[in-house]
Amino acid sequence: MDGAAMLAELRARFGSDVVETHEHRGDHTAVVTREALRRVLAWCRDEPSLAFEMLTDLTAVDYVKYPGRQDGPRFEVVYHLYSLTHNHRLRLKVRVDEDDALVPTAVDLWPIADWFEREVWDMFGVRFAGHPDLRRLLMYEEFVGHPLRKDYPIDRRQPLIGPAS
Amino acid sequence: MAQTTQREFMLGEGSGTGSGSQNLRVGVGPAHPAMHGIIRITTELDGEVIVKADVEIGYLHRAFEKDCEEGGYNNAIPFTDRLNYVSPLINNFGYCAAVEKLLGIGVTERCKYIRVIMSEISRICDHLTCIGASAMELGAFTVFLYMIKAREFLWELVEDVTGARLTISYGRVGGVKADLPDGFAERTAKAFKETREVLDEVHRLLTGNRIFMDRMIGVGALSREETIAYAITGPLLRAAGVPYDVRRAQPYDVYDRLEFEIPTQKDGDNYSRYLVRMAEMEQSMRIVEQALAMVPGGPINVDFEGRPVDPAWYVDRGKQGKTEGLLLVPITLSPNLLGSERPAHERINAHDKRVVLPPKETTYGSIEGLMNHFMLIMEGNGIRPPRGEAYVAVEGANGELGFYVVSDGTDRPYRVRCRPPCLPPMAALHRMIEGQMVADLIPTFGSVNMIGGELDR
Amino acid sequence: MGLGAFFTSKLDEAIGWARKYSIFQYPFVTACCGMEYMATACSHYDIDRFGAGLPRFSPRQADVLFVVGTISHKMAPVLKRVYDQMTEPKWVVAFGVCTCTGGFYNNYATVQGIDTIIPVDVYIPGCPPRPESVIDGLMKLQDRIAAQAQRY
Repeated sequence: MDGAAMLAELRARFGSDVVETHEHRGDHTAVVTREALRRVLAWCRDEPSLAFEMLTDLTAVDYVKYPGRQDGPRFEVVYHLYSLTHNHRLRLKVRVDEDDALVPTAVDLWPIADWFEREVWDMFGVRFAGHPDLRRLLMYEEFVGHPLRKDYPIDRRQPLIGPAS
Repeated sequence: MAQTTQREFMLGEGSGTGSGSQNLRVGVGPAHPAMHGIIRITTELDGEVIVKADVEIGYLHRAFEKDCEEGGYNNAIPFTDRLNYVSPLINNFGYCAAVEKLLGIGVTERCKYIRVIMSEISRICDHLTCIGASAMELGAFTVFLYMIKAREFLWELVEDVTGARLTISYGRVGGVKADLPDGFAERTAKAFKETREVLDEVHRLLTGNRIFMDRMIGVGALSREETIAYAITGPLLRAAGVPYDVRRAQPYDVYDRLEFEIPTQKDGDNYSRYLVRMAEMEQSMRIVEQALAMVPGGPINVDFEGRPVDPAWYVDRGKQGKTEGLLLVPITLSPNLLGSERPAHERINAHDKRVVLPPKETTYGSIEGLMNHFMLIMEGNGIRPPRGEAYVAVEGANGELGFYVVSDGTDRPYRVRCRPPCLPPMAALHRMIEGQMVADLIPTFGSVNMIGGELDR
Repeated sequence: MGLGAFFTSKLDEAIGWARKYSIFQYPFVTACCGMEYMATACSHYDIDRFGAGLPRFSPRQADVLFVVGTISHKMAPVLKRVYDQMTEPKWVVAFGVCTCTGGFYNNYATVQGIDTIIPVDVYIPGCPPRPESVIDGLMKLQDRIAAQAQRY
């Protein structure tokens, strides 16, 4: 299905839950509200004309230093979907504030979301409601902070053993 | 008749003195010979059967994504080398493709062919290493030695083109670092002849081998639905019967003009994955041979007219400002002046001054070249894609390697995300080994081909 | 001095010679350098001719710890534990620039040189080092092993 048609179908079905759609360099993106996220994801997976069987990527971006978006919602959780049947891709995004960084989980829709969401929690500090076991994936448990946030300096080390510099 | 024995374990609380059995917790890794790279798998065993397994990763986390935000767009390329370090060229080109998509530029035809050729050579190296290492863990040490021997021949090719064997930093945004050298086609033909002989020997050693088959068939299988649900791509998905290959589904570079097959198997177990990888190596060699025959820009041998001039003299004249006529003089670049000669440069780099460094003759031979170079190198200038984001998927050796790059209009990437193709199989690893025996963990883990640099980034 | 010292010094040399040609290494492989380690250990470059061809994957049975590849802070306690578990005499080779100084990974996750945690005998820089550099480092290690004085 053509990308623009996908976005049109999303808008038709979900109305105001789809906050924004755009197309940039051939990638089609839809920004949805957090409340509608699970319904949108489930519909994308189950609707035969979309049939997004694969959640290829789930990540987040920290927009606190982005020129022009410093005052908006800080985190954007990005879902990249791919359909094997129809060979098309879609990007879904959801925006959350820093002090309310909670997003419903997608684990029951695609089991791979388990590890992707753990990584987002580890690196950004965005929690996922309903996740069975939200612990760090890449860093050690004693690590304090979320390294990929823009306010975490790259060379602040918290070693388990050995000197800190 | 064998009688099962019940042992009493005096292990901590709860064991007591009654008869009974307790599951045994065995940690595999992180420092373990069969964990390629470092993974900790905490298994709970009932006898030899793995009842529960917990996979812990992150032991090689090197902050790739954060490091990429610290420099320019081309600065991230050495970091991408070290993602999947067995097939580094594919990472380079995937990242460059993502930035080029953001910029909205294309690369030249010859560059596309070069990227295809080098990617496929890298892919063969990756499969050789994977099969060699997993065969070694099953006891077939000879196979490992043969595969590494073949890999050396290919690394000589890679070294001829890029200058390094492993961490090559060859791709650039808008092109590649240097053109293919003289005589590359002949050397490739020779290296492939050797590789085919090695693959033949390995087929004879392993494919019909009773022990190998017993250890790999039916082991580590994952059903087709589960493979898709876990977003596993690459040889593991093709071994489960789904012919999905990014090179065929969303062709990039010149894959749509080349003929190659997508080998698939049905069972999704370790043996199928082995067969898929062996077949893919042959297909990769086929692709490279076709590409070498079709590559435009004349023969790979670069032909210069005019006398070669000592580059140091050339640079001196340029620095003194005596630039008249310098642009017309062909020079043979010495190793100190890295980069391509001007004719080669035009063939392999996009003709876009905002992105691609000018060739060294132009930089040192004219004021415009020097300014162009300056604008791309100095702090605050450089490649500045317009604001936006792009996701590009290429076919890595393990599956769909995706790069998601967000740009804020400055010369540094705002966010570079690498979608690692070996993370989904590792997330599904516990599904593959639960219910199997402890010894089956080894070939399963080997056939997943986890590469630590890519998994942990 | 005299005859006793002559014998012990000859014995030292003999023991040193035997030790340096029977290296049981523990390849603590983490990252990209592991590929060059494999290349050095295999047929093209072959460290078996130095007697170092049999890797022992147990710290109790090994005497040289080749730390190959980046050590992150998560991995550091594991490395220290493996080093502590090795029995004397033991030597450590820092293979690759990530183990020498942290390489170009000056960030929150990487140990800036394993000599901040364990003592190192030979540093082999390179990213990754070519097999010729590895063999050079191995030969320096051999000189060190051979020169180690014994206590009688």
